[in-house]
Amino acid sequence: MTPQIPQALRAFTEALPQARALGLQLEEAGAGRVVLSMPWAEELVGDPETGVIHGGAVSTLMDTCCAGAVVCHPDMAEAVTATLDLRIDYMRPAAPGKRILARAECYHVTRTVAFVRAQAWTEGDADRPVAMATAAFTALGRREAAP
Amino acid sequence: MTPEPMQVVKQRRDAALKALEARIPYLRFIGVTMERRGDELTALLNYKDTLIGNPMLPALHGGVISGFLECAALIELAWGPLWQRIESGAVTVEELRDPATRLAMPRTIDFTTDFLRAGLPRDAYARARVNRSGRRYASVHVEAWQDNRARLFAQATGHFLMPQDG
Repeated sequence: MTPQIPQALRAFTEALPQARALGLQLEEAGAGRVVLSMPWAEELVGDPETGVIHGGAVSTLMDTCCAGAVVCHPDMAEAVTATLDLRIDYMRPAAPGKRILARAECYHVTRTVAFVRAQAWTEGDADRPVAMATAAFTALGRREAAP
Repeated sequence: MTPEPMQVVKQRRDAALKALEARIPYLRFIGVTMERRGDELTALLNYKDTLIGNPMLPALHGGVISGFLECAALIELAWGPLWQRIESGAVTVEELRDPATRLAMPRTIDFTTDFLRAGLPRDAYARARVNRSGRRYASVHVEAWQDNRARLFAQATGHFLMPQDG
């Protein structure tokens, strides 16, 4: 892990207006790996009965985290990326009032596509994920294009 | 008893939809409002700068697009049974506005968003179609567009768990 990666990523998350609106924070970053956090907020609630955060906020956390993992993949330096598809499986409701953390790993990159998986959990309960995501991203303009 | 004038029913229906909308804070967070023509609902994403994900293009955040489509699917699923409860007298619009009144929403099991093209920095529209709705599970497809209904910028499919009471 190079020290520039977290800095570049911090700029990345802070430059995204929607990431800023949600209060997303960079927790960890490495080669093709990123951990982000999102604070609980009343305005993000999707189910008024339970106070559980709306899936849409979790989508943004997951999408940002996955894109971050793509950007920090060593083979993706200088590449431009966009989400092709994002699937989220919701395993259990996130505990109300607690931060949600997400860890994404860009596990395979081809000449044109980056594949990512991610999981999210409520703080202090890392063994019981609230959601899992799989995503594919475009990988255009890669410096060293493997066939 | 004489039947209610159509206009009264229409006003109640629109008020009920607004009340449902108001109960879900995340709709307000990203700026989603619902429009109704008969039983057809259209979700409207009212553009604001905080929805941007890529400031260079600029383009809507993929998570916002996905969240918007999920909102459209959830409201579509919740609206039918809710309107029936209002017409049967089980709940009034005034009660629905009260945060203390129970509002059991469907729960998302999984949601897959297909990003067809970049979301432009302007309003977006989405319509959800319930392809299968059983007692417990529902499958919903959502299409979203901006300027041209025939040129979708995103579509999604999701499965939902239906609330078991009310």
